[in-house]
Amino acid sequence: MKFLLLPLLLSSLALPSLAQTRPKAKSKAKPKTTAAIPAATLARGAVVYKNVCLTCHQADGYGVPNLNPPLIKTGYVLGPKPRLIGIVLRGLPGPIEINGDEYKQPMPAQAYLTDAQVADVLTYVRNAFGNRAGAVGEVEVKAVRAAK
Amino acid sequence: MRSLLLLLPAAALLLAGGPRRPALPAAPAAARLAADPDNAGLKLPVGFGALRVAETGGKARHLALTPQGLIYVKLNKPLNGKGILLLKPQANGRAAVAGGFGNYGGTGAYVKGGYLYASSDHAVYRYALDGKGEVRQPAQPEIVVRGLKTGQEHESKSIVLDDAGHLYVNVGAYSNACQERDRERGSKGVSNCPILDSAGGIWQFSTAKINQRQQDGTRYATGLRNVVGLDWNAAASQLFVMQHGRDQLHDNWPQFYNDQESAQLPAECLYALPQGANAGWPYIYYDQQKGQQMLAPEYGGDGKQAVSGKYLNPAAAFPGHMAPNALLFYTGTQFPARYRNGAFIAFHGSWNRAPEPQAGYLVAFQPFVNGKPSGKWEVFADNFAGSAAKTASGRADHRPCGLAQGPDGSLYVSDDVKGTIYRIVYQGK
Repeated sequence: MKFLLLPLLLSSLALPSLAQTRPKAKSKAKPKTTAAIPAATLARGAVVYKNVCLTCHQADGYGVPNLNPPLIKTGYVLGPKPRLIGIVLRGLPGPIEINGDEYKQPMPAQAYLTDAQVADVLTYVRNAFGNRAGAVGEVEVKAVRAAK
Repeated sequence: MRSLLLLLPAAALLLAGGPRRPALPAAPAAARLAADPDNAGLKLPVGFGALRVAETGGKARHLALTPQGLIYVKLNKPLNGKGILLLKPQANGRAAVAGGFGNYGGTGAYVKGGYLYASSDHAVYRYALDGKGEVRQPAQPEIVVRGLKTGQEHESKSIVLDDAGHLYVNVGAYSNACQERDRERGSKGVSNCPILDSAGGIWQFSTAKINQRQQDGTRYATGLRNVVGLDWNAAASQLFVMQHGRDQLHDNWPQFYNDQESAQLPAECLYALPQGANAGWPYIYYDQQKGQQMLAPEYGGDGKQAVSGKYLNPAAAFPGHMAPNALLFYTGTQFPARYRNGAFIAFHGSWNRAPEPQAGYLVAFQPFVNGKPSGKWEVFADNFAGSAAKTASGRADHRPCGLAQGPDGSLYVSDDVKGTIYRIVYQGK
């Protein structure tokens, strides 16, 4: 299952309307992730999403114009997992730009979530809204949380 | 009926020629204007029609009309380097984009005293208008005030002028609820919220001076989280504002509020502001269901503790999170008499009601009598979103953002999704 730990470069293949502007190398390997992720993981992640993320990122993952970014095939969601985990654990205070649109509302830290909850919700987000990407594991969350 | 129609143009000219609004010989009277067969997709009360005046394709925020009927539209993001669009009226009641200037974003637009005033997120500019209503020197505005306090939330600086040489500017609080950590579950409020020193209120400036800084003005009112819609009520000689109420009661305090309560509360409030008013943010919010100010959970509240005697009560309260982006006191005579001196409010539409259905995306009307709200508010223009499903999901085709009154008393509405400019007219039964 080591291929799941490789940085996923699928954002370069994303729909142009939502691709992050930072240039990425193209990857030919598309890991078969949906078959490998247990349904129970996705179900738990969906519950965390509804209780914690949905208010701002919305039920369809498109976010809110100018305020809260979309989660659909963006580099932040499909890219390096430590950065994504860090956003959930520590928040994202500054504005970010996705495809020429700026999203300014600060994202609060969600450090009160357990490592398992963070892993589940990020696995869910990376496989919802048309996204397809590798799961995030508890061990990876623990490592990011410990790093600071 | 036809003989009556022939009399209407003359009558309309007389009605349009009020003390501050010279008549427009070329414009057809409202009753003779052909509204769009589908009323521009809007649902209106009986007797009203709507036209799509123009499709600007920009994020159209506030708009203002000159006495000659020229339309200036402020864009939140410049299009091809133009943050203000000029639209010129055409014979069929519509208008065409005739130019643009001002390479900055922002929301505010207001015409007064021979000037177009416009605001970025940091400054208020003004442009002298010639006798035709056109800007004399689009590349050289005067800066009325610069360096306005701006953070990462509520940055827009809506503006209005009174009849006594004062400019009022919203300086929104760069925070949801003045928590130690913004929007974080359980984070407490900062005592003596320091944001209020330079934001979270309305600042007043003199229009007799230019190149002012924020400290050259006066903090006219405080305790207001973010005011995007405000207007000077000339009949009552008073400033009125619509506040965007705080978000995330359930997200941040799930032990006190469930999803439904969090979707409905707090109210979006209309305030009548005397100088020195304090509307209470962040310490309280207004619960329209209880009809009371409630202690905010950031400051020890639990959804049940009421506060009274300290802060200004709203003049009227509307459902939560609908995002009032414009306020306009109607002074025209085109619409039936019951609308005169009442308040139109553009509700931009919610996001914070999720997971409950979203709400808003409409223009409301609050009747007024003797300078005060009288009776319940009404939905005036609906279906900007395009369908009930689009309203519920919050994925609206159009979101009303600005309101302005034309020289003939038509009501103009701007949309900041597609940049559609609407004109609502009264055409009788």
